[in-house]
Amino acid sequence: MQLKEYLLSLKKESPNLKVDRGGGMKVFVLAKHAADPESEIKVSSDGKNVETSGLIFDINDWDRYAIEEGIRIKEKIGGEVVVVGVGKNCDDTLRKCLAMGADRAIKIPVDTNDAYQIAELIKKAIEKEKFDLIIAGYMSQDMNYSLVGALLAGMLNLPFATAVTSLKIDGGKVVAVRELEGGYKEEVELQIPCLITVQSGINEPRYVSVMGIKRARTKEIREVKLELPPSAVNILKIYPPPIKLAEILTGDASQIAAKIVEIVKSRGLI
Amino acid sequence: MMRIFCVAEHRFDQLNQISLEILNLANKIKGKGTSEAVVIGKKVDAFAKELANYSDVVWKIEDESLENYNPELYIDVLMQLLSKEKADLILIGNTAYGSEFAPYLAVKMGVPIVTDVVGVNVVDGLKVTRYIFQGKLMVDLAVKTPCILTVRQGVFKESVNLNGKIIDSKIKPSKAAVRKFRKFIEPEVGEVDISKADVIVAVGRGIEDGANVPLAEELAKLLGGVVAGSRPVIDSGWLPKDRQVGISGKIVKPKLYLALGISGAFQHVMGMKDSELIIAINKDKSAPIFGVAHYGAIADIFEIVPELIDKLKKIKKS
Ligand SMILES: Cc1cc2nc3c(=O)[nH]c(=O)nc-3n(C[C@H](O)[C@H](O)[C@H](O)COP(=O)(O)OP(=O)(O)OC[C@H]3O[C@@H](n4cnc5c(N)ncnc54)[C@H](O)[C@@H]3O)c2cc1C
Ligand SMILES: Nc1ncnc2c1ncn2[C@@H]1O[C@H](COP(=O)(O)O)[C@@H](O)[C@H]1O
Repeated sequence: MQLKEYLLSLKKESPNLKVDRGGGMKVFVLAKHAADPESEIKVSSDGKNVETSGLIFDINDWDRYAIEEGIRIKEKIGGEVVVVGVGKNCDDTLRKCLAMGADRAIKIPVDTNDAYQIAELIKKAIEKEKFDLIIAGYMSQDMNYSLVGALLAGMLNLPFATAVTSLKIDGGKVVAVRELEGGYKEEVELQIPCLITVQSGINEPRYVSVMGIKRARTKEIREVKLELPPSAVNILKIYPPPIKLAEILTGDASQIAAKIVEIVKSRGLI
Repeated sequence: MMRIFCVAEHRFDQLNQISLEILNLANKIKGKGTSEAVVIGKKVDAFAKELANYSDVVWKIEDESLENYNPELYIDVLMQLLSKEKADLILIGNTAYGSEFAPYLAVKMGVPIVTDVVGVNVVDGLKVTRYIFQGKLMVDLAVKTPCILTVRQGVFKESVNLNGKIIDSKIKPSKAAVRKFRKFIEPEVGEVDISKADVIVAVGRGIEDGANVPLAEELAKLLGGVVAGSRPVIDSGWLPKDRQVGISGKIVKPKLYLALGISGAFQHVMGMKDSELIIAINKDKSAPIFGVAHYGAIADIFEIVPELIDKLKKIKKS
């Protein structure tokens, strides 16, 4: 029996029953080894790249929530969590995900920051595998596209929902709450298999324990070698934004504080 | 002759401003071409009339099933329209709706997409500008047309008045959607409404820990204000949800907005940029918050805030 039918059959017996085990869910999580926007960012001399030397790379902030959500599903209803990363040097992030509780990893050792290419590579690497759910982050902290998840959904013809802040697996259905503007949300219902992208705050990602990292060493990272697909977007120039800077208050802490008090006072606020 | 299609957006019976902003952009760059709005919904006559004031053509797509936004249905009807009417450029708001369906639509149409665009130039092929690294850098890109751009809100505000013709496309969704809309969920309300406060002390990830929030609270109290926060502070549970400032939280316009350890990401700035007086303290001199603040201090909040509290206490005493 297929998982979906199984889950549906359970649902008929008891609509509110949390499915405990039945092969569980096979969840793919996309995790980017991404540059931290708080690290030292310098444009390269050709003006078309960012110098990697000063950058600190780590798991993309949104993907911490994605992997946590995947692992929680597995803990609740069983199954498997597979983490997927594109990048020659993405091992640290994949290991972190394995240490958090992912079962295995797929690495596509290609360096690109083109969202179409990344989605295409991930599609090729996973399309032959069966899955129930793909979880991506809402956005990469370095490129800020908010693209790869929804592009992949399109390439795989999957129902999808982005910016999810709460997720429930209910029978063969996935009930997702999406974030809209101004604090409003919408609740939508999807059928398995589907793809979601998670917004920050959906859960509290767990810390990686030393034991976890040790255990994770034996877990598999499978490399899938693929050709880079073509790109339709071409970087012309990267540069710091022209900004009108605030008037900078200088001095030691006490002097700065005194200046702030003065400004606030002059506005009649105290 | 460039045909630019702009997909309008609405919720709770109101047209989202971004719908007009993308038309403004279209009108600015269309040359001898056309700006064409597309409005999708159950009954869209009122929206169509409003949009016609800013476009050459308005395409109506109406159906019972289109009452609420649904990406599958939006893509379905847009694919039908755009297979007949050839667009050179498709503009969509970079919103919760637009940023969701636009990439999927791009895949289905087999065209490139660039998201969160803040600048467009068509002089010598299509060139677009967007931010990367959370506002710390900008990038200019050359993109092949036809393509889809999602456009940042609040950027293209200059409008031209037109009197477009409204066309009923007669298009209907070709199938039911797998994804079902269930309901809207209202924002959470707490005991303090930050949008009504005159003074806001806002803390960001720089506050490091929930245990440090009382420091900001003490400062806020001395200033007769309230504490609010950036998203990571709320995500971490250090402040309640209704204290979030920004695009997915609240828009505030206090007399004083004191930003402590907030980097100034666009999604945050959209919620506070119209404050009367913005003072930012951040230890990173290249933090984008200094681009919106009136006064800034490149300093450690844990050094400045205690000094501020000290000085304000002295004033209160005297
Ligand atoms: C769809 C969407 C919606 C969003 N909605 C919102 C929203 O409504 N509101 C919102 O705020 N964000 C929102 N975000 C998130 C937003 O993109 C940023 O991630 C967020 O605003 C960053 O918060 P921050 O500035 O506190 O943290 P960071 O960006 O991590 O910045 C922390 C800053 O603190 C400084 N700092 C650290 N320590 C100190 C110290 N001791 N002294 C002084 N400075 C220090 C650092 O230099 C840094 O600049 C949204 C994102 C998306 C994609
Ligand atoms: N190189 C990558 N490897 C794995 N996942 C990625 C990669 N780039 C993007 N993603 C996924 O796509 C999401 C959105 O990224 P982006 O479209 O770049 O904003 C991220 O949160 C990841 O889940």
